[in-house]
Amino acid sequence: MVTFDLETEEGRRGALRRMLLVREFEETASRLSSDGILEFATVHLCIGQEATAVGACAALDDDDDITGTHRGHGHAIGKGLDPKLMMAELAGRREGLCNGKGGSMHLADTDKGMLGANGVVGSGAPITAGAALANHMDDDGNVSLAFIGDGAMAQGQVHEALNLAATWDLPLIVMVENNEVGEFTLAEDQHNIEDLSETAAAYGIPGVTVDGMDVEAVFEAVEEARQRAVAGEGPTIVEGKTYRYHGHFESDPEPYREESEVERVREERDPIDTYRDRLIERGELTEAAFEDLQADVEAQIEEAVEFASAAEHPDPEEAYEDMYADPVPEIEQFTNPTLL
Amino acid sequence: MSQQHRGQETEELTYREAIQSAMVEEMERDDDAFLMGEDVAEFGGVFGASQGMLDQFGEERVRDTPISEAALVGAGAGAAAKGKRPIVELMFSDFVGIAAEQLLNQTAKMRYMFGGQADVPLTIRTTEGGGTRSGAQHSGTMHTWIAHVPGIKAVAPGTPRAVKGLLKSAIRADDPVFVFENKMIYGREGEVPVDDDFTLPLGEASVEREGSDVTVVATQRLLGETLSTAEELAGDFDLEVIDPRSIYPLDTDTIRESVEKTGRLVVADESWLSYGTSSELVARLSQEAFYDLDAPIQRVGVPDVHVPYAPELEDEVLPDGDDVRDAVERLF
Repeated sequence: MVTFDLETEEGRRGALRRMLLVREFEETASRLSSDGILEFATVHLCIGQEATAVGACAALDDDDDITGTHRGHGHAIGKGLDPKLMMAELAGRREGLCNGKGGSMHLADTDKGMLGANGVVGSGAPITAGAALANHMDDDGNVSLAFIGDGAMAQGQVHEALNLAATWDLPLIVMVENNEVGEFTLAEDQHNIEDLSETAAAYGIPGVTVDGMDVEAVFEAVEEARQRAVAGEGPTIVEGKTYRYHGHFESDPEPYREESEVERVREERDPIDTYRDRLIERGELTEAAFEDLQADVEAQIEEAVEFASAAEHPDPEEAYEDMYADPVPEIEQFTNPTLL
Repeated sequence: MSQQHRGQETEELTYREAIQSAMVEEMERDDDAFLMGEDVAEFGGVFGASQGMLDQFGEERVRDTPISEAALVGAGAGAAAKGKRPIVELMFSDFVGIAAEQLLNQTAKMRYMFGGQADVPLTIRTTEGGGTRSGAQHSGTMHTWIAHVPGIKAVAPGTPRAVKGLLKSAIRADDPVFVFENKMIYGREGEVPVDDDFTLPLGEASVEREGSDVTVVATQRLLGETLSTAEELAGDFDLEVIDPRSIYPLDTDTIRESVEKTGRLVVADESWLSYGTSSELVARLSQEAFYDLDAPIQRVGVPDVHVPYAPELEDEVLPDGDDVRDAVERLF
């Protein structure tokens, strides 16, 4: 069952709310990274990319798995992870999703089907192919979706994973968020094709490019890919053309683009504003109802910040935990000085 | 531990047969276990370790893969995080670099980065070692690389019994385990317990020969060579020969106890000498048995050159029983 059915009014408002939640989380993380509990943190924010994250996750079942990228907060929120536990993780607290061991780039919640954001471009793809292999072998009717950026389309391991999944007809979806810049270099200077979904031809699988600023377009493409996947017809590449408003990371001086370009995209293509306007135009939302949604989301993120601020820091000794299911003496000696 | 199993019914198996019987028994025992790798199904594995397994288990559970080591290891990790027990075969340990990202940054770190949320019960098997006249890209011994990275356990068993017991443990383990199989001893025979539940703990060394004069810690092919050398030297020096079996975790205690008795130590391992497995052993023993040592620790390994092709050259750089004998003689 899809997370938000964008064929229904309720589902559409749910997706809008979740995009707002991503935006508010990210704006807050940006603020706190220059002044607050995230000052020490490295964060890559996805402001502007809410529709690809939320639209793709909306089309997934709760029991489907995803992997995210280094720009992964939207993927995590899209998949239904708790913003409180996410914020606590970003703040390096014990009560965070990963006990403070992962941080922004390694957010994971395996119970919720989030097999990890990833600090390495493209590395989630083989792991997701493996999750899809498990779906296939267990015949569980679920799929696995890898979010990757445009930059990852130049990574060999992404192509290895696609070839493997296509050859074995695995229920894999590769969702490419093409935000036009790979780290600090324009995508057009990194690839010889414009639509990265064209790579699908090499694997004999469908590849579609959609407006990644349109949550419904992303949802529809991923929903179709999911139907193919569960029918045993193999993987699909879905590319969403999107845009990130902030730099690669928060102190990026952004020499690769003009500020006016960012402003123009915000004015004309913003995934939240345009969707709000569309729902109002359709008579499915009022200005007042939107403001309520906004206030509701702000309160939820404020609560997340309060939770994270009050959460306990880990004890330094906790650095020696969680390495193995079956611990080794090489590490135990640091927690039990009598062994030294 | 080896004594504990004495008296059990055993059968004589080659190293290769022991590998296969470990996989077969564990795949019969656990439906989540499956094998994938290059040429493991139809062809039966480049060294024949999985011959016949396709017929027994079918193509869903014995899977030929594309020649894509990164995808193989990464998909193994992903499937393992979902509860499967993949056995991934990397044809040669020399190819570990192709999969390095998925090993070093993903498989090894997943559990820790996730705060312990995900077990990764992945087994990776690979072959290593020189002696096949194949040149530098198919003759390497890479277990040091993996043993150096926390998060993946590494075993390099020297006998059929050890490889069976440890491979079975690896498949049952909830942690990633890399099993390094020296291809030159695939035909070596040995007694192996007949017991579907025979396993050996990861991180436990085995005293393969008791002696009083010198402790020789020898891995893989060099274990057998050292045992032969020990018999040749028996009139002059009484060697105690230990197979560490597990490279990480490493059973330092068993080796230290032996050195406390003998006062002399030789470490023989086919890794490169610099920064290798033998270096770690020497470091630990010099820390833990410093006052028990009567002579400087001696090492036997591959000098810091690549394994060359021409027989004269390959034989020059590969260590053997004669090198162990020379090392023993240097101690006195």
